[in-house]
Amino acid sequence: MKTLFDKIWDAHVVSSVDDGPTQLYIDRMYCHEVTSPQAFDGLRKRGLKVFRPQQITCMPDHNIPTVNQEKPIEDPVSKNQVDTLDKNAKEFGVNYYPMGHEKNGVIHVVGPENGLSLPGMTMVCGDSHTSTHGAMGAVAFGIGTSEVEMVLATQCVFQSKPKTMRILVNGKLKEGVTPKDVALYIISKMTTGGATGYFVEYAGDVIKNMSMEGRLTVCNLSIEMGARGGMIAPDETTFEYVKGREFAPKGEEWEKALAYWKTLKTDEGAVFDKEISFDAADIEPMVTYGTNPGMGMGITESIPTLDQIDAAGRVSFEKSLDYMGFKPGEKLLGKSIDYVFLGSCTNGRIEDFRAFTNYVEGRKKADNVIAWLVPGSWAVEKQIKAEGLDKILHDAGFELRQPGCSACLAMNDDKVPAGKYAVSTSNRNFEGRQGPGARTILAGPLVAAAAAVTGRITDPRG
Amino acid sequence: MEKFITLTSTIVPLPIENVDTDQIIPARFLKATSKEGFGDNLFADWRYDSNGDEKKDFVLNEPKYKGAEILVAGKNFGSGSSREHAAWAIAGYGFRVVVSSFFADIFKNNAMNNFVLPVVVSEQFLADIFDAVKQDTKMTLTIDLEAQTITNNATGKSESFAINTYKKECFLKGLDDIDYLLSKKELIEEYEHKNCQ
Ligand code: SF4
Repeated sequence: MKTLFDKIWDAHVVSSVDDGPTQLYIDRMYCHEVTSPQAFDGLRKRGLKVFRPQQITCMPDHNIPTVNQEKPIEDPVSKNQVDTLDKNAKEFGVNYYPMGHEKNGVIHVVGPENGLSLPGMTMVCGDSHTSTHGAMGAVAFGIGTSEVEMVLATQCVFQSKPKTMRILVNGKLKEGVTPKDVALYIISKMTTGGATGYFVEYAGDVIKNMSMEGRLTVCNLSIEMGARGGMIAPDETTFEYVKGREFAPKGEEWEKALAYWKTLKTDEGAVFDKEISFDAADIEPMVTYGTNPGMGMGITESIPTLDQIDAAGRVSFEKSLDYMGFKPGEKLLGKSIDYVFLGSCTNGRIEDFRAFTNYVEGRKKADNVIAWLVPGSWAVEKQIKAEGLDKILHDAGFELRQPGCSACLAMNDDKVPAGKYAVSTSNRNFEGRQGPGARTILAGPLVAAAAAVTGRITDPRG
Repeated sequence: MEKFITLTSTIVPLPIENVDTDQIIPARFLKATSKEGFGDNLFADWRYDSNGDEKKDFVLNEPKYKGAEILVAGKNFGSGSSREHAAWAIAGYGFRVVVSSFFADIFKNNAMNNFVLPVVVSEQFLADIFDAVKQDTKMTLTIDLEAQTITNNATGKSESFAINTYKKECFLKGLDDIDYLLSKKELIEEYEHKNCQ
């Protein structure tokens, strides 16, 4: 009796070192411009080629501007990094979608939507949010640049086998609660390091009934509680989503793959190192109040008071609230905000744009708010236009920008100024993440939409 | 790579929990295409003001802690992104060991791949180090990798720490994973062959 994780992991073990890590075969690696240059360089220094170039897919996403992508990048340092990827991808012959290419976008949005990320695979990228792809029913995790080099050279990584955890969310979600809220709720209960050392399988009615987009959002955030990765057993929703996508298997291959994918579930009676369950009825639309994603609460709740925080954590807690300009015990509802960011590999998919648009339709953007609406990929952008969402957004005072990571980590020009508040659908509220001194309140697309039209932290339910 | 056997050094104390990789090296410094030079921007936002001048009260800027090769930090050090730049910054600054009661996974791997040794100690041992350095900023720790022990030379207390045999060998001999994996090429091809039937 095996867990889903064990089935996929075991099928990819090439060898094990006694009392050491496992040599794990990697089916697909994604590379972006930030964490790959030193790896390609390392290869060059060792005089090596890429071992399996057809299994490597590269694209720039972190540094690219979200306006005027048709022109050269203005910031010379960003440009150099993007050009370096361009040069490396061509020299080493790997798959490559440059800026402006119809398949460019945030790597974790592009992989699944093209059928590159498939059930049963092992996938890595020099990026912690690689956990996203686990939603396909795969083992996907972030690695460092030395490990990127290892995969380029040998298509393998060395990893210690993580422990397994199952998180069950059962019951029925209340209205106005999005997958992002489910994830932020779980992280707030688990804390930012609570799943360190574990690989998480999400299960239960709520996950079963969730769309593929929603599942990608949930798995994306696994790393924010320290987990190596998150995954969801593939089912009809997954197969339906994958079928017909460009790189998905076709014809006879499809039938063969499907038969295998159907075996990818945790056997009844398989034992996890840890099991935790949550009740959907307890989950509200969420916001964060601090400087790590574990510092979240229901939108109508109050920030904890000092005596609710254990002694060892108090210094960090106070430092965090000080940075945010909030006080212990206060509510965030009604607080004025300055920026709204809809996008990132967490909430830059079509469903997020539908939810946001649906809310703002017939309303107007608040004058005091600067809103950055950044599709996760060109494919998402195309779909937004095909559904006419861009017109509705325009009428409400919003404009779309071009795809990329954007304000999620502000490596391009989309930086929130010091001291300003941003309601952001991204995944990290660390100090300075969205620009030096920027104050980030993480939320789902509906809370972001409500904040965008009122200029305040507002409960989207009414 | 330089071999790591034992180290006795003064420390830099950073008694803050959940120090994330965005703090260790902010994203705007990730644009380099080599591994060098990150040490200057280690903890940049805590270390420099908006004019780029050193903030007097940040621990790395205090002359009494200069030259320490061991960083001692609060629980859950290195959470957040997978950026190996965090490990390059720590190594680049001159740290060879980071001590905490808990490390984030990816950071731990990245540190080891750059020959920075993460040493996990108990909460109590950690608290004792922070106490000791308050009394005497020149207190030292000794890490003996062969014996897998860490000693607080101010109190004389020791604790053992875990490291798997493979990684320990890598540190003791100065070898990296890629050297090892490259020696396993046939195994990889065999695996591929078996799995495309
Ligand atoms: S959108 Fe944000 S979290 Fe996702 S890959 Fe880009 S920078 Fe990382």
